[in-house]
Amino acid sequence: MSYQIRINKTLENLKPSGIRRFFDIAAEMDDVISLSIGEPDFSTPWHIREEGIKSLQKGKTWYTPNSGLIRLRESIAKYTERHKGLSYDPKTEILVTVGGSEAIDLGLRTLVEPGDEVLIPEPSFVCYSPLTLMAGGIPVPIVTKAEDSFRLTPEALKNAITPKTKVLILPYPNNPTGGVMRREHLVRIAEVLRETDIFVISDEIYGELTYGGQPHVSIASIDGMQERTMLISGFSKAFAMTGWRLGYACGPKELMKQVVKLHQYALMCAPTTAQYAAIEAMENGDGDVEYMRAEYDIRRRYIVDRLCKMGLKCFEPEGAFYVFPSIEITGLSSEDFCHRLLREKSVAVVPGTAFGDSGEGFVRISYCYSLKHITEAMDRIEDFVNNFRKGACAAKQE
Amino acid sequence: MDKLLELLDSNPRLTNQQLGVMLGRSEKDVADQIAKWEREGVIRGYKAVVDWEKTDRPYVTALIELRVTPKRDFGFDSIAETIMRFNEVESVYLMSGGYDLAVIVSGRTFKDIAMFVAKRLSTLDSVISTATHFVLQRYKESGIILRGEEKDERGVL
Repeated sequence: MSYQIRINKTLENLKPSGIRRFFDIAAEMDDVISLSIGEPDFSTPWHIREEGIKSLQKGKTWYTPNSGLIRLRESIAKYTERHKGLSYDPKTEILVTVGGSEAIDLGLRTLVEPGDEVLIPEPSFVCYSPLTLMAGGIPVPIVTKAEDSFRLTPEALKNAITPKTKVLILPYPNNPTGGVMRREHLVRIAEVLRETDIFVISDEIYGELTYGGQPHVSIASIDGMQERTMLISGFSKAFAMTGWRLGYACGPKELMKQVVKLHQYALMCAPTTAQYAAIEAMENGDGDVEYMRAEYDIRRRYIVDRLCKMGLKCFEPEGAFYVFPSIEITGLSSEDFCHRLLREKSVAVVPGTAFGDSGEGFVRISYCYSLKHITEAMDRIEDFVNNFRKGACAAKQE
Repeated sequence: MDKLLELLDSNPRLTNQQLGVMLGRSEKDVADQIAKWEREGVIRGYKAVVDWEKTDRPYVTALIELRVTPKRDFGFDSIAETIMRFNEVESVYLMSGGYDLAVIVSGRTFKDIAMFVAKRLSTLDSVISTATHFVLQRYKESGIILRGEEKDERGVL
């Protein structure tokens, strides 16, 4: 049987994730120290796990309503009000999804029609462009720069808008750069958007993880934006619940009514056990988030300091759990840097190009690891980089 | 708990410069704070957690339960202070429950420890009885796992 003529051409042409590829190479080597993983090293806090276990003991093993347990949606509404100052009706404006990723897919498929353009700030997480293509849309990358702290600027946004623009993805706090959008930056983005019919899909999965004392601000909380924003968040990153596969989307009820239909036909509902655990996370998990954020912050400061001392120019990340240094001084491409670092020093990091062409010249370093692990990896990276610096000096003298 | 103290508790080999960077404090500020804690006895010492089984040093430890008669005016302090002065004794705790003092003793061989208990501990005036429990396997010590390495099972997406 010829599979080739039967498989969807758009799908067949999608490249597999560039993060995955490196991991596969590293998995075959011994003694590799990885700084490539994008999920918390913490286990889910015990009191949250316990609620999942209890629900199983009580035999709560059935489907939930399509949109999710009403108690969970109510607790998400309260949480969103408490942390973002936004109010959503739990009955009609909140949907519990299988991770934030499902919500992104649903949002794009709900809004995008063939030929519609979707604006995607880059570097950013790997899924936006493939999911846009599968929805029939045209991904339009907007390059963000280290000198702008990897923020989306109103000028760049304006330049990218065409009559065909349907959706803007707003991936902040950003994976892989650690860039965030503060209120003043969002206000200026909102000014541009309010004059258009562009809808925002705001991926705030790292919203709880911002550093420097200022809490995350959602674009939905800027004047006039809630009605044109689908806010996506979840439990994976903030509550260390990646394996539970649970996220949520909030948006205007006219939109959510359509989103729910897709979710209903494709997934029925999110996993029931995870939903019971998530209620506990929303209601009593603030302290856990606070603790983990403080730990990440310690590691973040340490890595930035080490990288700077090595001479790798490094934008100080303000959110998520990644550092995205420039490797320009080594004269290597991102791919070469990562391959050689892996082969010569057995350290795995992810090439910036996995997150879009504009990631060339950068690598992503995750700090979801113990300090001991990070210290050892930094020592090895320093050794590696030093060889190039010596080489560069020698070349200059000649 | 103070974040600095917490960091020192699990990573005492970090330099003051590193600790400063991690906590957004100056190196001097960190040094001053640590010196203060050392002066006040908040920080009592720093030590490596060694897995002696991986070395050629013969090393046996035992937990000794002691039932003792408390002394008038001194309670258990006087006997505890006598016991803790022996070099063989690693830790001494006053316990609630079925016995009074828990004493962790180490030596080169099982016999060393047995002899220490028989000759030094049992003979003390206030000691009523002893029960010696030898440690057969150390799984975790001072928060550090010695057996059964935790494997990172996370994949990459």
